[in-house]
Amino acid sequence: MKDSQIRVLVAKPGLDGHDRGAKVIARALRDAGFEVIYTGIRQTPQMIAEAALQEDVDVVGLSILSGAHMTLCPKVIELLHAQGQEDVLVLLGGIIPDEDAVQLKAAGVHAVFGPGTTSAEIIDYIRTAMAGG
Amino acid sequence: MPKPVPTQQLISDLLEGDRLALARAISRVEDDAAEAARIVRAVFAHTGRAHLIGVTGAPGTGKSTLVSALVESYRASGVTVGVLAVDPTSPFSGGALLGDRVRMTGHSGDAGVFIRSMATRRGTGGLAKASADAMLLLDAAGFDRILVETVGAGQAEIEIASVADTVVVVEAPGLGDEVQAIKAGLLEIADVFAVNKADRKGAARTVAALEMMLETGGAAAQTIFHHGQRMETGAATSETEAGDGWSIPVLETVAVSGGGVDELRDALERHRAWLGESGARTAREGRRLDHMLQTLVQAEFLARMERTLSPALRRDLVERMQRRETDPYSAAADSMKKLSP
Repeated sequence: MKDSQIRVLVAKPGLDGHDRGAKVIARALRDAGFEVIYTGIRQTPQMIAEAALQEDVDVVGLSILSGAHMTLCPKVIELLHAQGQEDVLVLLGGIIPDEDAVQLKAAGVHAVFGPGTTSAEIIDYIRTAMAGG
Repeated sequence: MPKPVPTQQLISDLLEGDRLALARAISRVEDDAAEAARIVRAVFAHTGRAHLIGVTGAPGTGKSTLVSALVESYRASGVTVGVLAVDPTSPFSGGALLGDRVRMTGHSGDAGVFIRSMATRRGTGGLAKASADAMLLLDAAGFDRILVETVGAGQAEIEIASVADTVVVVEAPGLGDEVQAIKAGLLEIADVFAVNKADRKGAARTVAALEMMLETGGAAAQTIFHHGQRMETGAATSETEAGDGWSIPVLETVAVSGGGVDELRDALERHRAWLGESGARTAREGRRLDHMLQTLVQAEFLARMERTLSPALRRDLVERMQRRETDPYSAAADSMKKLSP
């Protein structure tokens, strides 16, 4: 009997404490049938990578509103790759300037979701990516 | 997508203590019953060394914070700890929000700690179906103590008693009066009570109520029935083997500040020693394995039923019952005959 579930880590790296967005997304992903591991605020990239490993997640969703995304995101990706999790989908939500988004995608972020993104778009993105699309 | 690591490789890496292999193996036993069988078969000979501690109690009593504080206390004494934190799956969406890690930060970068969140999926009684398997994997990976935090339990979620060596029931002040304490269920499975948030008003009363219950309490039933499943409780052991003398302690803790947590750890270690000296450890392991055996056979029966009793076949039986050509008991008996392997 198979019972595969998509597991998503929702984390807030850095020092801003604005976790409303992360919590709304966590809840929406749960309602979409995913298993969501929520880690809370003020996580270091090391803590996030470690949680992603122990939880064997398929997706890491980062919510950053502090402006520190150019430092934090590449660090998380570097750590994930170093520990053998190159296949994990990394998503970023927050206020990210377009030119930064381009660079971050080049650095391994799979998608960037800015203000106005609906939960349904994120859920669809994850489902499509997990189906191998 | 890269090719998944072959199961054999995963098993040998896990036994070497590789953390990613352990994490992936837990996912496989959760996701796939055939993989679970393959993996548990291969690692079972390497299990039986860890001390399995269940932590249960009502929502909001501070189980996660207490588990985190216990991890810290165990690490200070040089012991390695695996944690399995179970949270409920939504019966509506099938999804789950696993939030226990929020209270379990502070162990980052420590290779002696491994924390895994687990959704109950179709499990009942406060645990997931895969909890027992995941505990075996943490054991095989070499962790000395395994802490299993159940979902916030009500009064009858006592599955943990059949999978742990030691059960901690976490209480908090202000959750109910003395009558709550003498009701059946959760309280009967405790080997150790922790009255958490003991800095709050009413803690002394909660401690007194629990102590009174323990003094006046008779022996808990040795065999109980839960979700139609025969289970034997841990508490029965402490009562029936009272000659060897385990008296259930009631301890005050303040998990957020670490208050009383070392004392709780000491009590768990005393219970561990008692289990070994009294022979109760062997008895409990026997019960645990018997429970796993029954659960697996039951699951196989259910799977066989789902395979044999097709919707069309069931519809046919239902229609015959509706025409009063047969009755529910005869229909069930006929169906059973079809179940032969």
